[in-house]
Amino acid sequence: MSDTGFTVPAAAPPASTSPVKANAPRGWSRFFHWMVEANVVMVTALAIFSGLFVGAVLIIATQANVLHAWSLLFSHPGTTVSVTFFTVGDAYRDLFTGSLGDPFVIGHAIATGHGWGQALTPLSETLLYASPLCVAGLAVGLGFRTGMFNIGGQGQLIAGAMAASYVGFEIDPPAIIHVPLCILAGFAGGAVAGFIPGFLKARTGAHEVIVTIMLNYVFLNLLVLALTTQPFQQPHQANAVGRTIFGSAELPHIFGQNLRVNVGVFIAIACALGVSWLLRRGTLGFGFRVVGANQDAAKVAGINVRRATILVLVISGGLAGLAGMISLCGSDYFLSAGYGGTVGFDCITVALLGRNRPIGIVLGSLLFAALNVGGRYMQASTGIPLDLASVIQAIIVFFVATPGLVNEVYRLRGMNVGQGLLTRGWAA
Amino acid sequence: MKLELSGITKTFGSLVADDHVDLTVEPGEIHALLGENGAGKTTLMNVLFGLMHPDSGDIALDGEVVHFPDPGAAVRHGIGMVHQHFMLVPVFTVAENVVLGFEPTRHFGLLDRRRARADIHRISQEFGLEVDPDALVEDLPVGVQQRVEILKALSRDAQLLILDEPTSVLTPNETEALFAIMRSLVVSGRSILFITHKLKEVLAVADRITVMRAGAVIGTTTSQATTESELASMMVGRSVELVVHKEPARPGEVVLAVEDLTVEDARGLTVVDHVSFEVRGGEILALAGVQGNGQTEIEEALCGLIEVAAGRITLLGRDITRATPKARLRAGIAHVPEDRIRDGLVTSMTIADNLILDVFDVAPHARLGARNLREVACSGKERMSDFDIRAGSVDVLVSTLSGGNQQKVIVARELSRQTTLLVAAQPTRGLDVGSIEYVHRRIVEVRDRGAAVVIISSELDEVLALGDRIAVIYRGAIMDVVGPSVGRERIGLLMAGVTGDGAASSQTGVETGQ
Repeated sequence: MSDTGFTVPAAAPPASTSPVKANAPRGWSRFFHWMVEANVVMVTALAIFSGLFVGAVLIIATQANVLHAWSLLFSHPGTTVSVTFFTVGDAYRDLFTGSLGDPFVIGHAIATGHGWGQALTPLSETLLYASPLCVAGLAVGLGFRTGMFNIGGQGQLIAGAMAASYVGFEIDPPAIIHVPLCILAGFAGGAVAGFIPGFLKARTGAHEVIVTIMLNYVFLNLLVLALTTQPFQQPHQANAVGRTIFGSAELPHIFGQNLRVNVGVFIAIACALGVSWLLRRGTLGFGFRVVGANQDAAKVAGINVRRATILVLVISGGLAGLAGMISLCGSDYFLSAGYGGTVGFDCITVALLGRNRPIGIVLGSLLFAALNVGGRYMQASTGIPLDLASVIQAIIVFFVATPGLVNEVYRLRGMNVGQGLLTRGWAA
Repeated sequence: MKLELSGITKTFGSLVADDHVDLTVEPGEIHALLGENGAGKTTLMNVLFGLMHPDSGDIALDGEVVHFPDPGAAVRHGIGMVHQHFMLVPVFTVAENVVLGFEPTRHFGLLDRRRARADIHRISQEFGLEVDPDALVEDLPVGVQQRVEILKALSRDAQLLILDEPTSVLTPNETEALFAIMRSLVVSGRSILFITHKLKEVLAVADRITVMRAGAVIGTTTSQATTESELASMMVGRSVELVVHKEPARPGEVVLAVEDLTVEDARGLTVVDHVSFEVRGGEILALAGVQGNGQTEIEEALCGLIEVAAGRITLLGRDITRATPKARLRAGIAHVPEDRIRDGLVTSMTIADNLILDVFDVAPHARLGARNLREVACSGKERMSDFDIRAGSVDVLVSTLSGGNQQKVIVARELSRQTTLLVAAQPTRGLDVGSIEYVHRRIVEVRDRGAAVVIISSELDEVLALGDRIAVIYRGAIMDVVGPSVGRERIGLLMAGVTGDGAASSQTGVETGQ
């Protein structure tokens, strides 16, 4: 800065007209960005820790034996501490071993070369659960990144699964043709379901949130209708159960018949890479982002906002449809009423968890799947209800979605987490 | 009331907004605080008004050091502030707005409207601020709304009035009226701190002038002892051309022809009323008018952003009335939109991305649907230096740039295409003197290369400096087309809808004016 106080005009130094803000990343930009990412990682890690901590408190508060131990706090404090410690410890150990694998079993498999199937089952189940969740999460994340709130994951997922199942049971070509056809059908089914809100928004300005939510009911009930009529209904069945797809339409398992994990994992990875490329390098994705960030500027710059609006929802819906296809052709093989369960909504959570970035969504879906698969195991072995795993999930997402709160609780300073990433996704 | 600021320093992180600023305002004087955007004027005023707290330094009123923890404290000490963006409730009446926050009440907390009205009446009588206390604020013209803001401050018994860029929204006549009010206020012993970056106004109304640059006070002078160009060089730190140097226009072929253009708004009201004009290559047509008289709609119609109800727009003989914005861009229309943040930029993206917003999907910036990020960065760098955009790198987010640099990004983008027609709306609004000079020079360059230029501006200085012909628009119709030499008064009157002697001869026709 120049001299203080009064100076004669002539003596004033010829300074630059606009002082450049100090935080402009120059050669340090890589490091700077890494720092921002690191902060995001930090907040996410702390959010997970917080979720586990609150979960531990809930275990203590809800398990009869622990409560009993706490009633002995003054007479036998040692018992209180040890029962609490072991109950919580056992629960979390089961959560871990049930989702990723038991280190001892894995060690045994490595040592003897036997028992790999048992050792890898938890991981296989986690990946199986994660794949459709990841693809559906990408669908939501892509929408959020481009200013579009696709809440219709459930409906699009059902549409994709229906299309894939139709192709799966109606024709029976060799697997090398059949599987790609099912993939296409799944994407197309979801894309059609996504086109509807996209078209309505582009043409009439109907808000996609309302339309997609309402379409969820439409597809849910369309599915029920289809499952009670031909050709979808399983022959000689009174219940609303779909026909089983041919074996040639099933997604091949990666590690043999015993482990259910299948090529859906690769489809999910390919989708993540694809979406990542689209947003970073694709001209289409750039147009989407401009429209998402500022529609008026997009229009002035000659970008066709209507077309972009429709295309975003078509692609997003297609991805959700693909998620339905992955679970149908990968593990379920036939449709049932309410197909997809909560995946159509969990994927929103996953997208938030991953801050709408492909890599984050991949990790988020893995975490979500691990908590779910591990939670089931925990329930079976310790009797702690699966709902507790859901509570932990919810709390983690809660903290991830409110970085300010994490900063407050853990007194992080100078963190550049800001409200930016998430709220920008939700704004506009 | 005498105000003394001494050694006020305020930093934001590593950015020093105000660096040991000293400023004294004597009782009964109009003191202008002059400086470019980002010079630290607004920060200083926010400190003074209790909206921000200084890192160091003192505020003294009549020799007594005071601290303002919040704006309420500043108000109690007799400081009033009229913000650049009015803080009024549009659906409330003038009286309700004035008493808002300090409502005179009767029993049971009932609003004492009669007293409120009487107070307003008294104050407006005293200072010649004519306002109807019962009018709804949303129905009032901007100039009157500003009066309400001033009334509000005076009703709180303000002895020092801070006016932040008060003239940016006013017509020339409204500005004159405001100056008259300011003069009558200081006669009563009040002081006024007048924040602006407009040199003419400073010289017209201020007693003393303090110039700030880059957070520091450069000097204080009186309006008698200085000149426009001296003030400008104090502000910018180098000598500045205040006059746009341009050769007389050499008009060529008709590039843009607008015939009977009619535009209706969402409610079906006619906002552009059978407007016809022509612009030739190599000339600048300035569309002058007070904000909201249909200029924005003409701009949008030219660029394909709104539906046209009737009429025809042709570019080089080709009918483009229904062409898409993209087709128009490709046909050589460059567009500098009025609201650069809303329409011109994606502030959450980088400079490089914003520089190619219109051509991101064509070679060399992209190939087969894949963006060539290296080329984008490369051409971005080139344009940054060509157009003097000041930032650390092309990867800097546009939101962090100053207004002047943001505008340069738009100008750089728009002028990088083949330009047959440039439509620039309020091209220098809110820009500092240095950037204004720069943008004006670029616009004249475009003209001299043979393009047709349409400037839409509510700044009379700009209209007079740039326009080869000036079309004055009022309530959606062109009042007259005149040459720049007819003088400010005549154009000012036309802007207010007064056609005067013989001026009504040609309502919508095209003429050279001279």
